[in-house]
Amino acid sequence: MSPTNTSSAGAARQGLLSVAVSRRLPGFSLEAAFAAPTPGVIALFGPSGSGKTTLVNLIAGLLIPDSGEIRLGDDVLIDTRAAVALPVERRRIGYVFQDARLFPHLNVAANLRYGQKRARGAALVIGFEEVLALLGLERLLARRPHELSGGERQRVALGRALLSQPRLLLLDEPLASIDVARREEVLPYLEALRERLAIPMVYVSHQFEEVLRLATYLVLLEGGRVLAQGSVNEVSLTPALQRIVGPERVGAVLDGVVTRLDAQNGSADLAVGAGTLQVSLRDVPLGARVRLQVLARDVILATQPVQGLSVRNALAGTVAAVQSDEFGVLVTMDVGGVAVLARISQGALQALNLRPGDAAWTLFKVISTRGHAFRLAGTAAPAATFASQSHRPEERGGGLT
Amino acid sequence: MTGFIGPAELAALRLSLEVAGRSVLFSLPLAILIAWILTRVRFPGRTLFDAFVHLPLVLPPVAVGYVLLVLFGVRGVLGGWLHRTFGIELAFTTAGAALATAVMTFPLMVRSIRLSLDNIDRGLEDAARTLGAAPLDRFLSITLPLMLPGIVAGAVTAFAAGLGEFGAVITFASNVPGVTRTLPLALYTAMQSPSGDALAWRLALMSFALGLLGLLAAELLVRRVRRLLGR
Repeated sequence: MSPTNTSSAGAARQGLLSVAVSRRLPGFSLEAAFAAPTPGVIALFGPSGSGKTTLVNLIAGLLIPDSGEIRLGDDVLIDTRAAVALPVERRRIGYVFQDARLFPHLNVAANLRYGQKRARGAALVIGFEEVLALLGLERLLARRPHELSGGERQRVALGRALLSQPRLLLLDEPLASIDVARREEVLPYLEALRERLAIPMVYVSHQFEEVLRLATYLVLLEGGRVLAQGSVNEVSLTPALQRIVGPERVGAVLDGVVTRLDAQNGSADLAVGAGTLQVSLRDVPLGARVRLQVLARDVILATQPVQGLSVRNALAGTVAAVQSDEFGVLVTMDVGGVAVLARISQGALQALNLRPGDAAWTLFKVISTRGHAFRLAGTAAPAATFASQSHRPEERGGGLT
Repeated sequence: MTGFIGPAELAALRLSLEVAGRSVLFSLPLAILIAWILTRVRFPGRTLFDAFVHLPLVLPPVAVGYVLLVLFGVRGVLGGWLHRTFGIELAFTTAGAALATAVMTFPLMVRSIRLSLDNIDRGLEDAARTLGAAPLDRFLSITLPLMLPGIVAGAVTAFAAGLGEFGAVITFASNVPGVTRTLPLALYTAMQSPSGDALAWRLALMSFALGLLGLLAAELLVRRVRRLLGR
């Protein structure tokens, strides 16, 4: 996938965040373009130094592009050719910085009110009480920033940004400065936010698990360039992402709906495309939307229907692509219109003699999906259940670092 | 106590406090502005400007007083204009003593304010911008409060130093009892008089106590402000 040239796209821009900018910095140059549907969570994902923060600063207006344009719906934030540049303070873009940046001379309540006071006249996105409830800040109001934990600080920063009634929210690795163990103090709140509010978000991360849990659109960055963009499902199949997350984290991302629950076994049936998968997932209601990553290394391919195996997921399909690399062979299977990646060895490839168009069965164990299935927004269930469910350790997967 | 501090000493003390106080009030806004410019604005000749601001620290106070006299005397360039337009006379007046004191203590104040300005995380101002704060709003709501420790320390130190300013004051404002005869000038006058030994001692002790008090107050105030700012 190549970056879209938004300036020539000309299509209706409403409901899009479209960015096409270039900016030189000492020892680094950014040349990036993407157009992502809004609302939703747009993840900017890439290794350190790929230009994620630069891009976010350009969207916020803290950096000015050498050339290019940024549009949010019908509004032009900056267009160097038309010499239009909305100053930061008038963009109404909330920004949650990596280091929170709470004002040390103000208590939590005054920090929260800072943007709200200055947003008078703006369309009300969210009220004070709602932010307190959503982010669990009721008991922190009188505290000073230095009396807060890292997770609390980020939650206050998030609330402060929300109360400025933004039309876009930028989150620059909001979990990076928090201990891994304490990230669950913030992550469920972000998920709840995505579920409750229609504010488009740009989420910067170099942790693929965060992207999996939050993103609706993925922009993959490396060295200041956009390598791929699209839905998480689409991008999960690109070699560029596979290279960046590393061989252990390669796997197709599938979104499905829970159609059956098996509380005793802690598993759920997931309707994905035309088929049904069984995954390891607890505490989700029927009808919940779930995102699953099927790791390529957990997938077994068979050229004949198998019997007498304990594997619960055996999906008939055809081979879509076969691609050799330094780790072996990556086979893309088309399973009822859904792509699944399988990692097999060169020897296995030769033994099975797989070629594109061949029929084959895709097999993976239910247990292998544990920690790789996450509930998505889009159902009417209360966020609270969701938040408490996310605290379960088995819901956590590994990260990129 | 009344035996110890006579009317002459009281007058000198009151005058010293007045002169130092007025000098701080004069120079504080300007010192904040200059400190801000020196920290935040990059312009050609900044280093020279910086040196110029600090000049009173190294110049003989008498030289500063003399320059002030040339500039602000009734026949001076600025002094003449002030006299004609506003009827303001600076030379040989209390206001003049305050001006001379202000010039001498100005670098102390700028230095201290600059230090606190340097310590402010610019990221906080960026955060304020994204929350909708325009430049002046940002300065008043974020930068100025965070500069407060430096401002307080600078003001109190300048006040304490201003109580003892001698050379520039006596050169520019002369030694008029009740008008420009501050503590150090009174002390100098007492030393010139054959019978002034006891008076000189008392004035010297007063100066010593005042200076100590000023420095202690500065330290305590700064600590308190820092606590208020949550550091």
